[in-house]
Parts: sequence; structure tokens; C-alpha cells
Amino acid sequence: MKREETIRIDGLSIGYTGKHGVKTVSEGITDTIRSGELTCLLGENGAGKSTLLRTLAGFLPPLAGSISILGKPLKEYREKELATVIGVVLTEKNNLQNMTVEELVGMGRSPYTGFWGRLSAEDRRKVGASLDLVGIAFLRDRLVQTLSDGERQKVMIAKALAQETPVIFLDEPTAFLDYPSKVEILHLLYRLSHEAGKTVFLSTHDLELALQITDRIWLMDKGGGVHIGTPEDLTRDGSLDRFFNLADREKRISIHFDLNP
Amino acid sequence: MKRPVAVGMILLGVAILVLFFLNLLLGSVSVPAGQVWKVLWGGEADNAIWQNIVLKSRFPQALTALAAGAGLSVAGLQMQTVFRNPLAGPSVLGVSSGASLGVAFVVLLSGRLGGVALSRLGYMGEFAMTVAAIIGALAIMLLIVWVAQKVRGNVTLLIIGVMIGYVATAIIGVLKFFSAEEDVRAYVVWGLGSFARVSGGQVMTFVAIMAILLPLSFLLVKTLNLLLLGDGYARNLGLNVRRARIWVITCTGVLVAIVTAYCGPISFLGLAVPHLCRGIFRTSDHRVLMPASLLAGAALALLCNLIARMPGFEGALPVNSVTALIGAPVVAVVLFKRRREDTGE
Repeated sequence: MKREETIRIDGLSIGYTGKHGVKTVSEGITDTIRSGELTCLLGENGAGKSTLLRTLAGFLPPLAGSISILGKPLKEYREKELATVIGVVLTEKNNLQNMTVEELVGMGRSPYTGFWGRLSAEDRRKVGASLDLVGIAFLRDRLVQTLSDGERQKVMIAKALAQETPVIFLDEPTAFLDYPSKVEILHLLYRLSHEAGKTVFLSTHDLELALQITDRIWLMDKGGGVHIGTPEDLTRDGSLDRFFNLADREKRISIHFDLNP
Repeated sequence: MKRPVAVGMILLGVAILVLFFLNLLLGSVSVPAGQVWKVLWGGEADNAIWQNIVLKSRFPQALTALAAGAGLSVAGLQMQTVFRNPLAGPSVLGVSSGASLGVAFVVLLSGRLGGVALSRLGYMGEFAMTVAAIIGALAIMLLIVWVAQKVRGNVTLLIIGVMIGYVATAIIGVLKFFSAEEDVRAYVVWGLGSFARVSGGQVMTFVAIMAILLPLSFLLVKTLNLLLLGDGYARNLGLNVRRARIWVITCTGVLVAIVTAYCGPISFLGLAVPHLCRGIFRTSDHRVLMPASLLAGAALALLCNLIARMPGFEGALPVNSVTALIGAPVVAVVLFKRRREDTGE
């Protein structure tokens, strides 16, 4: 799969502008993200992973610096246009009732459908293809409220695929899943990037799994810095080690929970 | 449209026709069905009294119930979707409290300040109440829309809406305290809600307004479907969530304002009918739910009106009591049955 630059980030500062002035979460982020690659964003809770993802997805304006996607600055995209460039999978829980998997994945076609949102035969074919690619075609007619967390996560990924965006951002897609499902989801995302040529960028807490599969890592620490590189790069310069120590400490606290899966 | 959906819609349509005819047929004075049928198609009944009862009393009442039921149910559906809250209903944003406030001002203050009890003014009084209700409801709606532009969270907006409702109710309480007894009574009667209040000429205005507003709310189906997914996903799919929310609130607000102005605050229908439709059609697609709520709302309102007028009650039963008494068990049964199917028992 040919790797082309899809996202260029230059001197990016992220954070919030509130009543009490500006709260900077992280600054000076510069990188390029390429198609056909899987990038994992790692960091402790509260390091600002979600803020970063929200900024990259255009939900939140950057404090400084620039993001351009497919050669065009993010802020110049109109809402409708952006919907065909970036697809997201969020932690947001939608308590959907009485909607089938196929209908939900079909919602991913919304940027392309007309005024009433009716799916054309072509749209239906693409929904079917997305379900196949994620491997959940057999769930097609199930109601969303009857799915397990892992299945639901796959449905949302299929939704992002039906959206036909070159870029997919995922906010902690492996959270709340059992170990086999985590592996399955990450493997799926790997396939989507390497085989389908998507630019996949996700945040996760599952370090060991992420390290085995990812092409690039963004390590975010609470101090506001972001270390970027391949797993090898970050091992060599010691930043991964530092991070592992931190993570180990967190894990020792939570280890007794993992004994009863 | 899938076949079960089409069948469901047709059944609802038939139910409306039957209930509408029953509304013309049944009442304290018995009119033969053949005569009602004849009058309905523009003929002359054998008895001028029958003609008058059917045309001047029952027909406008049935039309009002039909339009009001449809409007409130569509409004309730929109609110439940925008706030993703099954307990939301058309009155949740305080719009109907606004209408009550408007009416309270006119009814309760006119006696004090103008020296004329409005309740004695007859037709002019009715008209003044309608206008006051519309002004009150639209004022609250504009306030809510203004707040919606400032506030990001749905829950915050919902709470502010409920608070506005409380404030309006409190002001009404104060007004009541300082008013003459007969005016308070007039206000209380208005608050019970009725499909019979709208008189001949006004019915056509009311139905015409609803006939324009209801199709307009259908324009929002894709927006509502996207809002179901949650703000983040909706936005990512190209929806301007804040603008969408304001459109939906405006649409609901105007519907509720008009219905409340003509019929008084009718509770329950708007909350219950969308649940009923989700239960029957087993979908969350607004392309189905919107027309389904409209039809089911109209049918249920006609049924409630019929029961409120049953022999023995002689029109004395307030519609609000009937909507809840009939509606609540119906909704409970539908939801309960569905839950059993879901768990496969």
C-alpha cells in the first residue's frame, strides 16, 4: 500500500479557551501522518488525549499552529465537506433503541444522501461492503441495544467505513473490552490502515498491544509534551521506558481487578 | 417503505377515519348514523337540530382533537430526540407554561385592572385568551432559543427549560392569589384542556395553521435521525448541531404554542404517543416515526375526546384526565409487551 501524507500538523497547541483565560493542554506538536499507517496515541488519563483528538477532528479550534488534511487547512473545510474526509469513533455512548446494525452503519452515508436521508442502492452496497470488511455482516439485522460492547465498537467502525473518509480517528476504541476483543479491534484497525489504505489514528491505554501493532506512537505526558516516533525510536531515546514505568505503577494498583476477567 | 410499516400506517389511517366518524355519531344526543353520514357529505339532515349538533358542535370538536393530537405528538417526538430523553415531552421547555402565563395575565388581571371579568366577555374573551396564550408561549420559546444559542449542553438547556416552567407557574400562583374567584375559576377551567372550546370560525384557522406547520416539521427528519447518534457523531456526519437544535426547538415551540392556545395545556399525549409508535413500529427512524406519531396522536386524541364525552359524563370530564387515564395503560402495555419480546420470554 502506497503511503502518502494525509495530515500535516505544524506547531500545534491544544487546549481550551474559557472564562478564566486559556488553558493549554499541550503545545508544539509537529508531525505528518500518512495513509496506510496506524498511529497510536498513548498517555495517562488527563494527559489530553481526547482534547487532541477533538482538535484534530475539528470539534475544537487549535490554540496555535495549523492542521491540514489532504493539503487543505482544517479550518477551511465546510462541515459537509469535512464529513467526507474525517470519520470518528467516539467514547460517547448513544443509548440507541430499535435501530438495526444496518441502519446505524447506513447513517455513515448521511453526508452523501439527499434531503430525506434515503439510501440509494449504491449506498446500500457500500454499507454492505463496510459490514463485510469489519466482519459483522451476520449482525446486519440485529438491534443495536442487543449487541455486546465489542460488537458495538465494530458497528461504529463500520459506520466510519461507510462514511468513506480517508482519515479515521478513534477515541479509546479498546476501552471496556475483554482481551480477545481488544486484540480483534486493533487487528481490524491494522488491516484497515495497511490493506484499505486508511489513515488511522487512535488513542488507547493498551500499551503492550499497541506497541506490537502500531506504525507510529504519539506519547503524551501530563507535562504537556508529545514524543512522536516509531516504537523503535521511542525505545532508543528512553521515552517509552519512562512511560512504561509510569504505566507499571498505575497497573500495579489495578492488577487485582484483572484477575477475574 | 417496508410492508409492515405501510400496513401499520394504513391501519392508523383507518382508525382515524372510524374514530372521527364515531366522534360525530356518539354524544349526549343520539343522532342516527345514516343522518350523520348524510350531513358529512353535505346533505341536509331530517332534523335541523341534528344538523346543528353534528356540524356546529361535534365536527369542529373532532377536527380540533385530530389536529391537536397530531401536533402535540410530533412535538413530543422532536423533544425526545433532541434531548435524547424518554421523559421529554412537548411541555418540557416551558412553552406551554408560557401559554398558561399569557392566559393567566389576561384572565386574572383583566378583572382587577380593567374592571371587567374576562370570563363574562364570551367570544371576545375567548379570542383574547387565544392571543394571550400564543404571545406567552412564543415569548418563552424565544427565550429558550436565545438560551440554546448560549448553552452547549443538552442537559443544561433542559434544566433551564424546566426552571422557566417553574417560574411561570409561580407567577401564575401569585396572580391567582390576587384575583377574583370567578376569574380563577375561568383560568382553572382553561387549564383543564378541552377540544370543545374552539368555536366554528376559529377551528378552520387552527386546522389551517396546523396543516402548514406539521408538514414543515417533516423537513427535519434527517436532522433528527442524525441527532439520535449523539452530538459528536452528528457533527462528524456534517450536521451543525447547534443550528439543528434551534430549528427543532423552534418547530416544537410553535406547534405547542398554537395547540395550547386553542385547546389549553393538553398533557400526556405528546409524551406517550412517540413511545407507542416506537413500540408498534420497532424503529427509531424518523421517516417512519414522524408520520406514525402524527397519525397515532390524531387517533388517540379522537379516542380520548370520545371517552370524555361518553354518556354520563356529558362533556364534563376534562380531556387532560382522559388522556392520562386512557393513554398511560396503553403505553404501559405496549412497552411491557415489547420488553418481554426482547428478553425472549
